[in-house]
Order: sequence, then C-alpha cells, then structure tokens
Amino acid sequence: MHMTHKAQLMDAQELGRALTRIAHEIIERAKGVDGLALVGIHTRGVPIAERLADLIEHFEGARPLSGKLDITLYRDDLTEIALQPVVRKTEVPFDVRRMTIVLCDDVLYTGRTARAALDALVDMGRPAVIQLAVLIDRGHRELPIRADYVGKNVPTSRAEVVKVKLSETDGEDAVLLLEQAAG
Amino acid sequence: MIPGSTPLAETAAKTSRRRHLLDFEGWSRDDVLALLDTTDVMAQVMQRTIKKVPALQGFTIGTLFFEDSTRTRLSFERAARAQSADVISFAAGGSSLSKGESLKDTLRTIDALQADLYVVRHQAAGAPHQIARWTDALVVNAGDGRRAHPTQALLDAYTFRARFEGFDGFAGKRLAIVGDVMHSRVARSNVALWTLLGAEVVLCGPRTLLPAELGQARGVTLTHRVDEALEGAHAVMALRLQHERMTRGLLPSLAEYRQRYQVTRKRMRAAHAGALVMHPGPINRDIELEGALADAPYSVIEAQVANGVPVRMAILYTLLVGSR
Repeated sequence: MHMTHKAQLMDAQELGRALTRIAHEIIERAKGVDGLALVGIHTRGVPIAERLADLIEHFEGARPLSGKLDITLYRDDLTEIALQPVVRKTEVPFDVRRMTIVLCDDVLYTGRTARAALDALVDMGRPAVIQLAVLIDRGHRELPIRADYVGKNVPTSRAEVVKVKLSETDGEDAVLLLEQAAG
Repeated sequence: MIPGSTPLAETAAKTSRRRHLLDFEGWSRDDVLALLDTTDVMAQVMQRTIKKVPALQGFTIGTLFFEDSTRTRLSFERAARAQSADVISFAAGGSSLSKGESLKDTLRTIDALQADLYVVRHQAAGAPHQIARWTDALVVNAGDGRRAHPTQALLDAYTFRARFEGFDGFAGKRLAIVGDVMHSRVARSNVALWTLLGAEVVLCGPRTLLPAELGQARGVTLTHRVDEALEGAHAVMALRLQHERMTRGLLPSLAEYRQRYQVTRKRMRAAHAGALVMHPGPINRDIELEGALADAPYSVIEAQVANGVPVRMAILYTLLVGSR
C-alpha cells in the first residue's frame, strides 16, 4: 500500500504540549496518583503511557503505576483476517482491582482496539474506573466508545491514515496525515 | 486487521499460508522461535485468574485419537478451550473404526462436523499426513507411530528456553537423549527441532535400541556410553523404557540397563553447569532415571507437563489465525 504525505498535524513541540495538558487533566480528575495506573496499548500507546507517567511524576512528585497491554487475543476479527498479528506480552505488574486505569493509545479511530482493550483489562480483574487517553481522535467510530482525554481532534476521511511517530519507536516526535495513493 | 490500529507494514504480521504441523518439514528456525514467543504470552494467560481469551472463538477443533493418550488429548482440549474454540472429540475405541470402517470413511464422517483443525494421534507412522491430504482442515500431529511428536519436542525446547539459567540461544547447546531411541517419536522430533534451532544432539542407548541412520543428520552424534553422552550436555532427556522391549530380546536385563544407562545424580556431574533433566513421561522411577533425580531442583519434568498447554495454545493460534 503506497502512501502519500498530505500534512503534518503536530510537530514535536505540539505533541509535547498535548501530552502535558493530558497529564494535568488526568491528575485533576484522579485527584492525585493514589490508585492511578496508566496502561499503554501496544505499540505506540506504551511510550505514551510512560511519558504521561513521567509528566505526572514531575508535577506531583509521585509516579503513577504503569503497564503495557497487548490486545491481539481480544480482537474481533481473528477468524477473518489473512494476516496473522504477532502476539506480544502484556505487562501489567500490579493488581488492577479497584484502580483507576487510564488506557493510552496513539490514535482513536473505529473504537475496536479500545473495545478489545476493555475486555483484556477486565479479564485481569475489576478496576474501579477505566478511562481512555489518546493523542489523536480521528473520528469514524464503529462502536459506542469515546475518549476521556484527547490531544487533538482531527477530522479525516477513511482513505487517510494518521501516522503518529514517537522518538521511542520511530526516532522522532511528529503526527502526519497520509493518504493511500489511488490504484 | 482492525481499521485504525497500527498500519499494516508495522504490525510485523506475517502472511500465513495454510500449514499443518505434521513434523518440522517446512518450518524455519524463525517460525519456531516466533511460536516459542507466542507461547510466553499464552503461559501468561494461564497464570491469570481468568484463564481464557476469546482469540479462537468461532473455530472448531477436533481431537482424533486413534491411539489412546488421555494426557495429550486433555492438554490439547484445554489449549483449545482456553482460547474459546469449540472442541469435538473422537476416540477410536468404541467407534465404527473398530468395526472395520476404513480410516478414510471415518474421516469423511468426522469431516461432516466441519472442524477447522484436527489434532491427530495414530499408531501408524504417516497417518496424520494421509489425513491432511484427505481434508480441507489443518492437521496437528499429536504423535504417529515412531515417526514424530512435534508438539512434545516444542514443549521440551520451550521448557529448556524458559528454565535454563542465563539462556542465550540454542546455538552451541547440547541435548543428550538417553534410552530407547529406536522406538521413540519424541527422540526423533527432538532431533529434528533442536538441530533446526542450531543445537547439537547426542543420542545414547544400547546398540539394539540406537538406529545408526539417526546419526547421519547434521549436528547429531551417537554413543553407547552414557558418560560420553552427558559430557558437557545442557539438557539431558531420559526416555521411558518399555518393558516389552525386554521380552523381545532387545535388552539383556533390567539390572544391566540400569547399571549402564540410568541417568543418575552421579552421572549428571559430567554435564554442563546448570544442566536440566527432562523426561517426556510417564516415568519409570529407578529404571531410566534415578528416582531422586526426578525431584532434583534441576529437574524440569513437572514444568514440561505444565508447559504442554501454553505450547499447544500457541500452536493452535499460529495455525488457525489467518488461515481462512
């Protein structure tokens, strides 16, 4: 699939500011870091959760718990797909029961990944609250799911692709809008 | 893939083609290592309070055991149900097969139940291959004659990788298999798998139970002396000695077998530091294995049994997802 570059949605500074604002919003609602955990969805939700935890530690002087979640075994399309996704380890090294869990991901689109993440999380125990933080909400939901914290809302068409780059996974921080080339 | 999830090129997803697990023919080292990685994830699932994921919901798995093996069948069924697959069980005893129905006719009847994958155990070498030719379903060999038992070899390799202190890859590792190699599909599959992974395999047993042709494969050596086999070994696998071998004159006496081939604590001193003791089970204590050795801290025999389920979960996942 060939992609053409259409626009840059965020540069490194804007991305950093968006995460800073989300970090403040999370603490404001959670009223501190007690009982708070950030869980990143593989792949790019993981560094986002870690960065938010770093920022919260910086503001509050205490770090919330953090973890990594792989949702592959909870996808709703495993009987249909032609490509086999690689299953990765879930690392949630704490008891999720009675916690406030903030799921973190880079892009919210159809909502199917978030749905799978909710099921995966609930199978580990019963958190008190689950919230969702995303860097980009690009619309086109297929399920009744919304984010609690959004870095930027970006209206898109389905032919477009939102590409989040993070220094941990991609060597730089940026958000790009790409489009599938015709044909 | 889920629209909006990570773009295609970056999921490291592989295009799956329809494939069976009959033996390790057509499996690369990377395929196996990916399967062992998936096993790690499945092992995590089995450590949770809720030991179930929806991954294989909508798939049906048939266990076809023409030769009885309750343990292996239960392990596969647990692996299927832990991923929410449906399971159909067929056991040859009491079926029409014992009334003279041919394998092909039996399969035709079972095939009408529309399973996506069959787990086949058969006393005849090659039966799972034959079944794979007759059906559109995928086939996993759960043991055929003396030929192959690939899922046992995978759980052995997985157990070694998980438990060997400071594991840094299979290359340069040495597996010693001691006992009745001739009648052992476990030995044959382990030879195929460990050499594929880059390890060396030493096969050891009495002349009558050690077929020379097995020594022709690369990375495999044969010896009749157990001390030589254990020298520098990172893993030592004792094979079950079946009593009927004695009556057929393949062995002089049990006492002599014990004296010459029993894997003992004393003999283990020649092995590499941290060497693990393995056994495919069930064990004849104090025959092929010194009784106390089975309970030694470096014995991973219980772990082998426990790892059977996550390894088989990974196999079912790897074969089924992407196959339709």
